[in-house]
Amino acid sequence: MRYSGFRVIAEALTGHKGWKPVWRDPEPQPAYDYIIVGGGGHGLATAYYLAKEFKQARIAVLEKGYLGGGNVGRNTTIIRSNYLLDGNEPFYEFSLKLWEGLEQDFNYNAMVSQRGIINLIHTDAQRDAFTRRGNGMILNGADAEMLSRDQVRALYPFLNFDNARFPIKGALMQRRGGTVRHDAVAWGYARGADMRGVDLIQNCEVTGMRIENGRIRGVETSRGFIGAGKVGVAVAGSSSKVMAHAGMRLPIESHVLQAFVSEGLKPFINGVMTFGAGHFYVSQSDKGGLVFGGDIDGYNSYAQRGNLPVIEDVAEGGMALMPAIGRARLLRTWGGIMDMSMDGSPIIDKTHIEGLYFNGGWCYGGFKATPASGWCFAHLLAKDEPHKTATAYRFDRFLKGLMIDEKGQGAQPNLH
Amino acid sequence: MKQSNRISGGQIDRSTSLHFTFDGRSYLGHAGDTLASALLANGVRLMGRSFKYHRPRGPLSAGSEEPNALVHLRTGARQEPNTRATVAELFDGLHATSQNAWPSLRFDSMAINDRLNSFFTAGFYYKTFMWPAAFWEKIYEPIIRRAAGLGALSKEEDPDEYDKGFLHCDILVIGAGPAGLMAALTAGRAGARVILADEDFRMGGRLNAETYEVGGMAGADWASAAVAELMSMPHVRLMLRTTIVGAFDHGIYSAVERVSDHLAVPAAGKPRQTLWRIYSKRAILAGGATERPIAFENNDRPGIMLAGAVRAYANRWGVAAGDRVAIFTNNDDGLRTARDLQAKGVDVAAVIDSRQGGDLLAGIRHLQGAQVIDSSGRLGLRSVTVRLASGATETISCSALGVSGGWNPNVNITSHHRSRPEWRSDIAAFVPGAGGPAGLTAAGAASGALSTHGALATGQAQALAALADLGKAATAGELPRAEDAPIAISPLWYVHEGKGRAWIDQQNDVTVKDVKLAHQENFTAVEHLKRYTTLGMATDQGKTGNVLGIAIMAELTGQSIPATGTTIYRPPYTPVAMGALAGRSRGREFKPFRLTPSHKWAAEQGAVFVEVGNWLRTQWVPKAGETTWRESVDREVLATRRSVGICDVTTLGKIDIQGTDAGAFLDKVYANTFSTLAVGKCRYGLMLREDGIVFDDGTTARMGPHEYVMTTTTANAVTVFRHLEYCRQVLWPDLDVQIISTTEAWAQFSVAGPNARRLLQKIVDQDISDAAFPYMGAGNITIGGLRGRLFRISFSGELAYEIAVPTRYGDAMIRKLMAAGAEFDAIVYGTEALGVMRIEKGHVAGGELNGQSTALNMGLGKMVSKKKDSIGMVLSQREGMNRDDGYRLVGVKPVDPKGSISAGSHFMEIGAPVELASDGGWLTSKVFSPHLGCDIALGYLKAGDQKIGRKMRAVNFLTKTDTIVEIVSPHFFDPEGERLRG
Amino acid sequence: MIINHPILGPRDAQEFVYLGDANLINRPDGMTAGIEAFHDYLYNRDNPAGAHRELWYHEQGDRSWLVVTRNTLTHEILKVELARDVAKAQGRSK
Repeated sequence: MRYSGFRVIAEALTGHKGWKPVWRDPEPQPAYDYIIVGGGGHGLATAYYLAKEFKQARIAVLEKGYLGGGNVGRNTTIIRSNYLLDGNEPFYEFSLKLWEGLEQDFNYNAMVSQRGIINLIHTDAQRDAFTRRGNGMILNGADAEMLSRDQVRALYPFLNFDNARFPIKGALMQRRGGTVRHDAVAWGYARGADMRGVDLIQNCEVTGMRIENGRIRGVETSRGFIGAGKVGVAVAGSSSKVMAHAGMRLPIESHVLQAFVSEGLKPFINGVMTFGAGHFYVSQSDKGGLVFGGDIDGYNSYAQRGNLPVIEDVAEGGMALMPAIGRARLLRTWGGIMDMSMDGSPIIDKTHIEGLYFNGGWCYGGFKATPASGWCFAHLLAKDEPHKTATAYRFDRFLKGLMIDEKGQGAQPNLH
Repeated sequence: MKQSNRISGGQIDRSTSLHFTFDGRSYLGHAGDTLASALLANGVRLMGRSFKYHRPRGPLSAGSEEPNALVHLRTGARQEPNTRATVAELFDGLHATSQNAWPSLRFDSMAINDRLNSFFTAGFYYKTFMWPAAFWEKIYEPIIRRAAGLGALSKEEDPDEYDKGFLHCDILVIGAGPAGLMAALTAGRAGARVILADEDFRMGGRLNAETYEVGGMAGADWASAAVAELMSMPHVRLMLRTTIVGAFDHGIYSAVERVSDHLAVPAAGKPRQTLWRIYSKRAILAGGATERPIAFENNDRPGIMLAGAVRAYANRWGVAAGDRVAIFTNNDDGLRTARDLQAKGVDVAAVIDSRQGGDLLAGIRHLQGAQVIDSSGRLGLRSVTVRLASGATETISCSALGVSGGWNPNVNITSHHRSRPEWRSDIAAFVPGAGGPAGLTAAGAASGALSTHGALATGQAQALAALADLGKAATAGELPRAEDAPIAISPLWYVHEGKGRAWIDQQNDVTVKDVKLAHQENFTAVEHLKRYTTLGMATDQGKTGNVLGIAIMAELTGQSIPATGTTIYRPPYTPVAMGALAGRSRGREFKPFRLTPSHKWAAEQGAVFVEVGNWLRTQWVPKAGETTWRESVDREVLATRRSVGICDVTTLGKIDIQGTDAGAFLDKVYANTFSTLAVGKCRYGLMLREDGIVFDDGTTARMGPHEYVMTTTTANAVTVFRHLEYCRQVLWPDLDVQIISTTEAWAQFSVAGPNARRLLQKIVDQDISDAAFPYMGAGNITIGGLRGRLFRISFSGELAYEIAVPTRYGDAMIRKLMAAGAEFDAIVYGTEALGVMRIEKGHVAGGELNGQSTALNMGLGKMVSKKKDSIGMVLSQREGMNRDDGYRLVGVKPVDPKGSISAGSHFMEIGAPVELASDGGWLTSKVFSPHLGCDIALGYLKAGDQKIGRKMRAVNFLTKTDTIVEIVSPHFFDPEGERLRG
Repeated sequence: MIINHPILGPRDAQEFVYLGDANLINRPDGMTAGIEAFHDYLYNRDNPAGAHRELWYHEQGDRSWLVVTRNTLTHEILKVELARDVAKAQGRSK
């Protein structure tokens, strides 16, 4: 069924009897042409684009828990394409362009809201680095502006301009950056995929892979064996666990990233703000909660929860930037498992096993990548060759010395 | 200002009257009141508005689970949004205003949403506002955002201070009700170090709100006696107004103590709140239970409360929730409220009991098998409509209704490690599940023991178990006698009758209809239910509503409640002020400042300082009459190159490396060779990461056969030292090498310029002539007998030295250098002039040492020795890092000397279009060279070594500058290095 | 978290800096091993959900590198050793 304002009014007047399930709960079939492992944002987007853009059929998404329960359901909802390096920027700009047309494309209001993102500048060296970045963005067809201190003050007069340890000297701004209602992204893709015949199978955990003569034949699951022509794994956070079924070790570690939301407050932060010197970033949701975060805890973890030092560190960054939030209250903290890769950039690639494809290593930047990740992974699955914006996201870049290291930290995942 | 609903009794101090205002009206309350109890005493029921429908609301509860009675407390910069009136302790002069209502709480224009409720169902916004696409940001979302949020921040700096503290104990007891007090008594009597924390401002928990006897005395009196005994134990710490908000790994808990929130302003020198980090060996959660409502049509009116809250207001605060009170219950606990009210002389209109059978209450109209099906009263309850067992309906007038749907153990903290609570059908509630925080057990109502006896017994038992774990002897004392009545619940989640809305999550306006719609649309997983309807996402995090929602979904799907499952609680237990989490790390104290040894002197000269990491360094030192920074910097550069300049370089990392394998060690950590360096000489060293990217650089001197002194960049001083320890301990543990950081031990100054030697010879005791102390020489010296170190190294390209003295002589040293340099017109130069001179010489620094560049990129590829194994040597040979068309360091200057260039500009070929393929690289660092009279820069240019002499564009789209530049060698100044060898 | 330092006793993990998998101890010899061996050493990880041996550095303490065996699902710490001892036991020398 098609969603619209008229439909909402019509249903309201008739007691909402007509709303249909957003997706079916089908029993798994014996075999599919494509199995996508992982019903998070990237997996659902992959299935959606495989069906819609690449006209493939006989597709299933296998999800261990509930749809959208991975990092698409626990993130800070930011979209942007303000990347530095040539390997990344075209991909994230492609993603931002897909976000811009997403709601009309999948007929679901995910509240894509381009209220702008600023990266604060505190030193001349930072300005130089952000100037390099902004110019790279423009060369890639993205938008970027440099704001003066006064322009930042006009946007956010309550920031700490006068008594700061790291005085604000300006900001790099991307006006097309913003936020999206994260759960709705998963639901919109799920609904769109389901409508196109994709089987979304919840509570179905992949427990093994059947590989014969170097070719994948299907997956063992908690609901039995399911045959497959091609298997695409998109389970960021659990990539190492799932790919171990294929005997692969990955250039990835799993780390916990905590995120935070405050009680609902009357709006005072319009866009997204990052305070790199203070390890803090923030936006305010359409419900009024401040949504914010900072560094990862820094140790390998699958626990989906973090510890107190990072909570304090993030709050300190927030108070240093915005002394007015002292009396706002932190409402909830949570932790997600991040696929931290060895250079901080993702992998969308074939494996050495024929028919087995991998999508992961998203670090904590996976949410904004969701549309392009799905599109590019679908492209790879359908055509066996990388999409033009994702050619750098190969496994062998580490062997060849072609790392995409935005932060220049080297092979230490917890620093990316 | 008559307290019309104040009745007898309670733990308030009637001799102390406190004035307060709410929405501009003045009232009186008493010490011991909360804002909610005082307002109720004054007959005020309407205290807030709900989030979505702006429904009029009064308090639902008498505790921290309150979803409705949220107010702005205090004024001006101290305005605190979303403060629960039910836990805000009354003080004289308290000023509260309502929030989320305009123009007033009674007449809120946004209540139009309530009329339009049939459109505003769960998730309606996902289905609309999509057309036309451009309208979302411009029209729809701004309207939604205007309505967003509950309370407002002042946007002014929080004037109060916050502290942090650390505590250690054997046993942490969370909650000071009967279970917690008994646990603390048991552990304290056994000599254990105990911390007993309670969020309330009076210990005793539910005993303060009940009329039970414990040990033959009133429960509250028993609690007071227990507190008195605990206070007499020096190894027991009682923490009032202290909420345990989070359980972290290995027995660490965070707690917030509200030190001053019960005062108008904090006392001088006192913080508003303190965040405690408590290290415990064992912990006992005795956090009690939270009552849950029963959903029925219009069950959210002011005056409709939890039955236990009605009882608490009567017993603890001497307040009748209304002049005529009805009760709606599905369990025996609701009956207690009726009996207690009756005993206090409050008019009990009726008890509507959904259960059939059992004893009837004496002297009270007890309607068994009946349900409340609707209510009336726009701004406060006037009556309830009851479906009697006979099938007839009856309207019962009342101004308050106490509702009891059963009690939910406060399992919250036990699921902070993602343990899922387990369902116990005998009490119809979730109790703590397996896999909770190690060392944490639950006692009392929090564990599902809902009677007073059960609380005392489990409190004692868990304390004994913890003591046994810790190897402490203890005996089970006799338990005080207390009631042990069963809860006798017959679950009723929602009243099925009626077409209107029945609220589950009151703050977020989630109703039974929303759960039904979620089910209809297949959002049946509990996480989908929560996320689709926003159930449990309000400031109370579902403390009163979640179980209802889950139970209703279970009923709709035909699954059991345990099969339906539950979402889990995350920290914090109750919301925590950001100020408390930040403590004193704010403003200029956010991070420490490190000051250089010459800081005091420089400040006396009026120097301008700049943040460099945690350091404050001299950026330049303006002289009288200089109006722009460029004037000062140009002068410093020219004066240095003309005669002599001095710069404090203490911030560079300094590491002493000693041992018979010191040379071998350096050969492993540096890409080039150091074991062959002669004693008394320095060498430039290039350090790689294992991935072959340049990590750091600096000069390292050999001071003796087994003794080296390494310098690092300022930025990497800490990480290089960490890396060296790693190499020494982890990779090559048998090397005989010891290292120590001496960054703080030596004050070090660069003395540069043609007169550097003449200046230094005046103060150095030894001969430092070119013959005695040649270029790249290093050695121990004395300065008037004071031990020091001298290195003849140059970053500026001039004849230059770095001289080091123990840090405590740093201030004396800068003064001595300046005095000795007076005859040469010596000046001090700052980081700007330093940057100008190093770029004129083509030395790499921050902009080039970006963690992404190889030695080859920097033009230093030949420094990576393949004759020995060193960190990064192998992986620096990967094909992608050795391409002929890779980035190379180049110099850049504008073809027109007046042309302006900027760091961060990108190289483009002349005439190339704006697209990725045109991107040739970027300018890393730029300065104005007073020597050359134009801007100069360094940059990384693709195949730059093959493009020397070529003209290109340096484009900065951000500033809209596009300058034709010439690609030149990065060595702008004295490329042969004649000056530094002079 | 609390790390029970073999020399100093229990210490808040906040005093430490984390590096990662303790397999980083097993660095190949650069004079004999090539790019492939170093690539596998530096980049690929087991990344287990369960017991994980990992390197921590007591930066705000005695500067010891430690090998901590910790469960990545529960954060329970099973064992703490001096990395130097572990390295030597694994045959590392000069």
